[in-house]
Amino acid sequence: MTFFRSITAAAIAAAVSFGATVVRADEQHFPLQSYRVGPYAAGGTGFFGGFIDYLNLINIRDGGVNGVKLTWSEGETQYEVEKGVEVYERLKSNPGIAAWNPLSVGIAYAMIDRVTQDKVPLLTINHGRTDTTDGRVFPYVFPLLLNPYSETSGIVNYIASKEGGVESLKGKKIVVLYHGSPYGKETIPIYELLAEKYGFTVSQIEVPHPGNEQQAQWLQIRRERPDYVVLRGWGVMNPVALKTAQKTGFPAAKIIGNVWSNSEEDVIPAGDAAIGYTAITTQASGNTYPVVQEIQKVVYDAGKGNLEDKNRIGSVYHNLGIVNGILNVEAVRIAQEKFGQRTLTGDEVRWGFEHLKLDPARVEALGAKDLFHSINVTWDNHEGEGYVTFQQWDGKKWNVVSDWIAPDWALLRPIIEKSSEAYAAEKGIKVRTAEDADAIVN
Amino acid sequence: MEWYDFLFFIEVLVGGLLSGVMYSLVAIGFVLIYKTSGVLNFAQGAMLLFAALTFVSLVERGIPFALALAITLLIMVALGFAIERTVLRPLVNRSPMTLFMATLGLSYIIEGAAQLLWGTQVHGLDLGIDDTPFEVYGVFISKFDLVAAGLAAAMVGGLSAFFHWTRIGLAFRAVADDQFAALAVGLRLNRIWGTVWTAAGFVALVAGLLWGARLGVQFSLSLVVLKALPVLVLGGFDSILGAIVGGLIVGAGEKLAEVYLGPFVGGGIEGWFAYALALAFLLVRPGGLFGKKLVERV
Repeated sequence: MTFFRSITAAAIAAAVSFGATVVRADEQHFPLQSYRVGPYAAGGTGFFGGFIDYLNLINIRDGGVNGVKLTWSEGETQYEVEKGVEVYERLKSNPGIAAWNPLSVGIAYAMIDRVTQDKVPLLTINHGRTDTTDGRVFPYVFPLLLNPYSETSGIVNYIASKEGGVESLKGKKIVVLYHGSPYGKETIPIYELLAEKYGFTVSQIEVPHPGNEQQAQWLQIRRERPDYVVLRGWGVMNPVALKTAQKTGFPAAKIIGNVWSNSEEDVIPAGDAAIGYTAITTQASGNTYPVVQEIQKVVYDAGKGNLEDKNRIGSVYHNLGIVNGILNVEAVRIAQEKFGQRTLTGDEVRWGFEHLKLDPARVEALGAKDLFHSINVTWDNHEGEGYVTFQQWDGKKWNVVSDWIAPDWALLRPIIEKSSEAYAAEKGIKVRTAEDADAIVN
Repeated sequence: MEWYDFLFFIEVLVGGLLSGVMYSLVAIGFVLIYKTSGVLNFAQGAMLLFAALTFVSLVERGIPFALALAITLLIMVALGFAIERTVLRPLVNRSPMTLFMATLGLSYIIEGAAQLLWGTQVHGLDLGIDDTPFEVYGVFISKFDLVAAGLAAAMVGGLSAFFHWTRIGLAFRAVADDQFAALAVGLRLNRIWGTVWTAAGFVALVAGLLWGARLGVQFSLSLVVLKALPVLVLGGFDSILGAIVGGLIVGAGEKLAEVYLGPFVGGGIEGWFAYALALAFLLVRPGGLFGKKLVERV
């Protein structure tokens, strides 16, 4: 029964994390502000499970990164900002910290000033504050693979590809149904901008948190008769949106989900109403990729897997955790090439992230071909030009239904710089140069 | 108003009324406890989550639907009596605020226990009720919402009959009227409270299954209590009829407000509109529409 497994897992986790927190020579440490209980535990267990599974794979298969063992310790946040900050303060004195990976917009926002002061990278893969893409202003924050603006552009480009090109967007009508939170509202100006550029009309409708009631919004949508609805949801809002769409007669095939509306947890509760629904992702789901299969063989068959339920191997959040693990480990590896095969400081790992270039050939060598496309992080571009793909839910699993699509980075960059420069002016931050970025401060 | 706009108005109104019935289902659980013990049971949402999670976990383990329902009901009965024995009885004669805080703490314990026992995964729940709409003169109506409304009506009818025409129902009413007088005539308060918590557990099970089929069985189910609170303020904390009428007013009011007022203030007003409505009612009618007027000798 789950209860007894939970007790055993907790005991093992306690023992492992106790061992893991004592960092010896040549160990690189990852403090994890995880959430394994509370409202968002399903996503937390998947993501942090995948991340730990990959770190375990590197330790077991390779003996660490060039002999430097990877360690981690967990602090439970329940996705609450104050608990996330508390865990940060508690774990930040652990030696050899490589990077922080909270997977929470709220916690990440609360950590920006802290990590900047402590000079340790903060990773917000697929999420976070868009203008942190500008490494000139945010040296320690990395919204890897996809920021919200790129996501918006990727979705519009996908709709254009379905309609036969961007010219065909003219005259179309798109409704964006967004979560009533700063996260949900972040892309409002970008949809307006793209609507103006491509000639489609956009109507943006808010769903108050938590989103468990959407009758009024979907009746409005039905009245507007849009060509597509973009679902920019979170948590319970997503399955309710799909169910209410069905209830009001709007087809799931015309709904495109954003990156936080793309997991199994978003569609399974919606049952048949989710069949045909499509969502954006930076990493494909499924367990057919060599790296995922190796994790099954090396980690799970050795009884060291982090997921309690093996059926979740290859799920959206688990694969996101694995990709996040790959990016962290490769940044450490790249930094080691410059600074030596030893425990690195946070600033040295920051340098590694700012040179994190994984082209498709390197991604394939890592066993992740088609799991994700590539990344090219530079000192001033902390997102790294991640490509996106789209998956459709068939009632049992996600199926990839598009090629890898590039967002319109050139269009978005000036908007991002305008925002980051305003932030720098407000906070009195000196805008970095390439020389500043190359210098290591500790 | 053109015909199409009028139909749209009717559709919003009907959708709102049917949503309101779902709020009422949760509110009834509050009313049962408050009516007989004066406790505002904040743990009702957690009980709803616990019931739905238990049921769906049993079904996923291969237990037949009816048996899973029976086992869940038994567990809710046991939970009801355990709460009465370990939480309420030791706190008897304490202030309403103390009891409220106890139920607040209880909600966290039940939520934590539910996740510890059954895990943190999100579950789908199919009750076999079709959720596709059907059209009546151009107005789409959800079959699922109609079934939910029917169930709510049946439950209200059953509870009303139970309160009016059974001995234990009479005892409930006696306790609700005056606890000390009820004790004086030999009614066993502890047993009555245990039974009331059991009834609230049953209501939580029904509401949990219907809400679970709508939202999926997940942690957020416990948040549906937030929809029940303005319903209670409007309808009165101690009236089952009030819970129904309050639910209908809140459901219809918030949907109409979202559609017709929302665009003028940037949208997303549904979340707080019900509370604004409840506050306005509180100012003119503190006991709610059907609540008992509190008269105290000073």
